Amino acid sequence: MSATAISTDLPLDPRDRGGAAQPLLTVEGLRKHFPIHGGLLGRRRATVHAVDDVSFFVRKGETLGIVGESGCGKSTTARLLMRLIEPDAGNVVFDGETVGSRTGIDVTAMRRQMQMVFQDSYTSLNPRMTIGESIAYAPRIHGLAAAAATARANLLLEQVGLNPGQFARRYPHELSGGQRQRVNIARALALDPRLVILDEAVSALDKSVEAQVLNLLSDLKQRLHLTYLFISHDLNVVEFISDRVLVMYLGQVVETGPVETIYARPRHPYTRALFASKPTLDPDRRTLEPPLAGDPPNPIDPPSGCRFRTRCAFAVPACAETVPLLAPPQPGPSGRAPASPDDPLHLVACHRAVAQAGGEGLDA
Amino acid sequence: MPDTAMTDAPPLAAAPASAAVPALSVQDLTVQLFRRDAPIAAVNGVSFSLARGETLTILGESGSGKSVTLKTMMGLLPARARIGGTVRLNGRSLLDLPAAELARLRGRRISMVFQEPMSALDPVYTIGAQIAEAIVRHEGIGRAQAMARAQALLERVRIPSAARRLRNYPHEMSGGMRQRAMIALALACSPDVLLADEPTTALDVTVQIQILLLLRQLQEEMGMAMVFVTHDMGVAAEISDRVAVMYAGRFVETGSARQVIRTPGHPYTAGLLASTVHGGQRGGVLEAIQGAPPDLAALPAGCAFAPRCRFAEPDCTTTAPPTVARDGGGMVRCPRAAVPA
Repeated sequence: MSATAISTDLPLDPRDRGGAAQPLLTVEGLRKHFPIHGGLLGRRRATVHAVDDVSFFVRKGETLGIVGESGCGKSTTARLLMRLIEPDAGNVVFDGETVGSRTGIDVTAMRRQMQMVFQDSYTSLNPRMTIGESIAYAPRIHGLAAAAATARANLLLEQVGLNPGQFARRYPHELSGGQRQRVNIARALALDPRLVILDEAVSALDKSVEAQVLNLLSDLKQRLHLTYLFISHDLNVVEFISDRVLVMYLGQVVETGPVETIYARPRHPYTRALFASKPTLDPDRRTLEPPLAGDPPNPIDPPSGCRFRTRCAFAVPACAETVPLLAPPQPGPSGRAPASPDDPLHLVACHRAVAQAGGEGLDA
Repeated sequence: MPDTAMTDAPPLAAAPASAAVPALSVQDLTVQLFRRDAPIAAVNGVSFSLARGETLTILGESGSGKSVTLKTMMGLLPARARIGGTVRLNGRSLLDLPAAELARLRGRRISMVFQEPMSALDPVYTIGAQIAEAIVRHEGIGRAQAMARAQALLERVRIPSAARRLRNYPHEMSGGMRQRAMIALALACSPDVLLADEPTTALDVTVQIQILLLLRQLQEEMGMAMVFVTHDMGVAAEISDRVAVMYAGRFVETGSARQVIRTPGHPYTAGLLASTVHGGQRGGVLEAIQGAPPDLAALPAGCAFAPRCRFAEPDCTTTAPPTVARDGGGMVRCPRAAVPA
């Protein structure tokens, strides 16, 4: 879907502030470092650079996918957005209003419009509350009468494909993983949010159930005019559901752009290696060489300069000195234009992306 | 890469590796587990046979019985479990072996790699001590010699600075390194059969492919038979010679990896492939299999997949489906299977 298609489709939401062209969510310079204390005096020994200067935006009505491996900071980013943890630095702007500032909106108001679904469907539900009570809880807290809240819970259960008469009185342990995740989605929708963060929401499900829940998410998005931030380690699922994608490595964004561009013509060596590591699904074209060696390094005291340089086949001394900034891929030395010159949304953080765009070995 | 450790292992007296005797042969295996005294039909008649150097992938979703099948072969089920059928390792029956006999084979002729190395490795012993312990116990050689073997094993599974890593505790290693260490432990005595239970499921995609390629290479070099359990069709395509699709405790389809993935015969396999997300389906609706797997405590009389099957007819729910043979020794357990020639 292109930007213009999104903006004309959307009906006017009474809560809309800046019009369709204004991003629903803008994140600027988000940072979170976790100190590690140790020793006799509990002094700070090291720092986990969980999220380091992360900026991106989510447009109204689109799905932004975040991919990356463990330790890349994708889940920390989600928790920072929800203010489940406090950021060290950075701004989060929700539909033009800075979250937590005196002139913007406060965290409670933001949470009414932004909700989250977690990976573990079981631990994110209260085991002592029935499904119906769990879903009705937030509407009640926000002032709905008991009967109305129950009616709302039943409606939501129906929307996620669970028969309220059959399920509302059950407890989480009486449901399958797929059913529980439907409940979590219903609960996230209970306050009628505009943005839903899905943090590995289908990752723990069996494939056949995962497909059902993905279909449900697509369906809900259309019917309720939702915007999604979809976080996953599964490259196929992110490609299926997202309009644009953000690739993270060790707490930073290394590449971002429309799904079609990123998946067809990735520019960053890490993005390329990540995609090349995907099993082929073809017994006649098996992978012969692993694209990367070793595990992702620990986000404790990451490498200087470009954080990927320690595993990068294209690294040069300059990569250790300066941090590469997100920028459009440049034409190569041969003068050949980058593959997507008209795509202003494609950005890559790599000193060597220029040379690669010229087709230096990586363009297989 | 130093290649000493694996090849200079003393020849083992047991089990002549005759070409006629399969490394592993399972006949009509049934396993009944108990949940609060209620019987659960976890495995309901599984048969297969595996030659040396061959990899069979058991593909299935949670609760299909794939892990229980592996645990049965290793003798790792709870004492109450009711087991039927036969499991033969190099022609020798495993299920009626006395515990001491089985313990002598386990880790030596047949070993297992688990999904979670963190819970499979002992947290209070170093990696080196754990590998050496297995070697000392099975081969009766000295500890120093066993440690040297352990180091060669770590090198063989490509753990950098192996000498230093020997002294690491499991928690000091990254997920990928721990999984390599567990593979080294499983291969310590050059087993004939390696059982791998979702060994890459908990790993990142760039690490997963490294472990898959490592297992593929080691298995070829050592001529092991491998049973690999996974829920991931892509992983199955990378690792297997043959694939068995498991549903509700039964193999519903077997065949070469190519056959099963390219031309699935069973509606369940086809549905699993259709719901395996890939890029081509962007923006569309996934052809998900409706419903959920059956309750193993109350399996239907006929085909266990019939309640979710688009092609089901009345007799599917009442009579057990026949198996339809396919080229190359595979089969499909469905009367309506569109089995290509």
